[in-house]
Amino acid sequence: MTARTSSVLLFVCLYNKKRESNIQLTPSFFFSWKQMESVSFPLLSRVAICGGTHGNEMTGVYMMRHLQKEKIDKIGSVSVSTVLSNPRAVEVCRRYVETDLNRCFTEALLNSPVTDSTPYELRRAQELNAQIGPKGSKEAVDLLIDIHNTTSNMGLCLIFYSIDWFTLHILKYLQSKMTSVEVRAIQLDIPISEAYSLESVGKHGFAIEVGPQPNGVVRADIYNMVKEAVDHVFSWLQEFNSGSTFEEGEVEAYTLVKSIDYPRNPVTGEITAAIHSQLQDNDFKLLQRGDPIFLSFSGETVKNRAAAIICRGKDMRAR
Amino acid sequence: MSSYNNTARFSEARRVAIFGGTHGNEMSGVTLVNLWTKNGAEIQRKAVEAVPFITNPKAVEKCTRYVDTDLNRAFTPENLSSNRMSGNNLPYEVLRAQEINRIFGPKGSPEAYDVIFDLHNTTSNMGCTLILESSKDYFNLQMMNYIKKAMAPASCLVLLNEHPLLKYSTSRSVAKHPVGLEVGPQPQGVLRSNIFEAMRVILKHALDFIELFNEGVEFPPCTVEVFRVLERIDYPRDANGNIIAMVHPNLQDCDWEPLNPGDPMFQTFDGKTIHYQGSGTVYPTFINEAAYYEKQQAFITTRRETLVASAIKKA
Repeated sequence: MTARTSSVLLFVCLYNKKRESNIQLTPSFFFSWKQMESVSFPLLSRVAICGGTHGNEMTGVYMMRHLQKEKIDKIGSVSVSTVLSNPRAVEVCRRYVETDLNRCFTEALLNSPVTDSTPYELRRAQELNAQIGPKGSKEAVDLLIDIHNTTSNMGLCLIFYSIDWFTLHILKYLQSKMTSVEVRAIQLDIPISEAYSLESVGKHGFAIEVGPQPNGVVRADIYNMVKEAVDHVFSWLQEFNSGSTFEEGEVEAYTLVKSIDYPRNPVTGEITAAIHSQLQDNDFKLLQRGDPIFLSFSGETVKNRAAAIICRGKDMRAR
Repeated sequence: MSSYNNTARFSEARRVAIFGGTHGNEMSGVTLVNLWTKNGAEIQRKAVEAVPFITNPKAVEKCTRYVDTDLNRAFTPENLSSNRMSGNNLPYEVLRAQEINRIFGPKGSPEAYDVIFDLHNTTSNMGCTLILESSKDYFNLQMMNYIKKAMAPASCLVLLNEHPLLKYSTSRSVAKHPVGLEVGPQPQGVLRSNIFEAMRVILKHALDFIELFNEGVEFPPCTVEVFRVLERIDYPRDANGNIIAMVHPNLQDCDWEPLNPGDPMFQTFDGKTIHYQGSGTVYPTFINEAAYYEKQQAFITTRRETLVASAIKKA
């Protein structure tokens, strides 16, 4: 049975780092397109939800434990696999044991031969690929949702690779249902074969990234928010599978421009400044030319000299 | 009470240490100590030798709380005694504790350092907290009174852990006057500018106090409000020891606010509320500290008390 869905008109906000200007920049439209015909897809009947891809990001860890304890394997018309992605890292409550699992899912790494020196996480990635993939094949799950936390004040974000109708419609649906929360999306402009993270294994997939939450901590407010989001995703799937049409629309997404490091001592590599308190916690807010970015330990403010940009925070040390 | 009418005399507090990295992922202390090791101008005071020191360098290197065992629980009499000398078999942190005790102690002896400040961060919303180990340490009470007044209107609270079962053998306990600085909320492995600067300011006031004391200033009797540790509350767990509930959203981030019997305390993963069943109002703190999941602690309860310190003056 096929269901019908419709196209979306997508505006992506990109702040062009190469522009030089003395005036405040407004969002520039990176690209847009319009398709007027509606698009049909087969049922989405197999879904994988993953948590603990990073062993100290606790929302996903506890959610998987809870779902597995309740023996949830079906929600309505959808069969569900609940996956604790990195059990050894979860056991020691660390991001990873030998190497970051969520960088192991490129085609090249998934197909590389396993030797005695293959790190644990790469072996695990190949195991997961066999279980819920293989990536790029018709046996792969229809939808893969990977749950992550960040210490940054990012709120609720969906992170995805390709312009995927499903992710965009789910995003729009979540935004309409979760009105007290801002639901944002970040698109990583990388071809699927080079996509390195777990959600690229499913035919469709996205990460749910939620913060702020410290590593090793589970906050009830964050947990409840993610649970609600996952419940809405499953409601959307039921509606889709029962033949509903989802009308065209538009959604705004963010795309990565560049990564900015801390100022460091050129000899020792040690950081010499902290993120300025006026930037700290202001994820997704426009950073103007001249706004403070860092406060050095000796008291100087380092300002933004580039054109206006939007910042998304990251951990100081990805451990 | 007649003892408060007498001025307590203490010897000059000349030897002062500032410990960072006792937990290797608590970044304010690591960063401040590294900074002051390169350039100690900010911590110099007349008649004070202030030594910045990284207590757990291996844990700092790995950005982890500890390597083998928690350094801040390792300063037990058993670990520090000369009987425990077998070198290679000992956990790294026990060896470190013995080393630190040699340099800054021996604990309990006249040669021990006068004051040690131990810099910590917490994921809990505790703000600026000073940790006191003895209600009879008038020198420390006077210092904490001085710091609180200097920081006002910004808040700086005092946590007293004198509980016979819950008190633990800290790295700072090597000194005659141990002072814990606990500032949060800050995630492990993260450096927040406001938290870093707050800790810096607390230390500035603390060192100012010591300088004044060493110059011969007499500090008149004072009262200090403290929160005395009562009880440790664990997460509800199942038969396998896994936690089955989270700190309730109504309690999360509410460190130092009253918790009354019947108030929500935990929320299970399927949404049920578990209420606080104590007999009276308590003041919770260390609410949802990341490092304490493995120590069976969701939060601790305290009660408010006013301590009195006699006047103090250099002997």
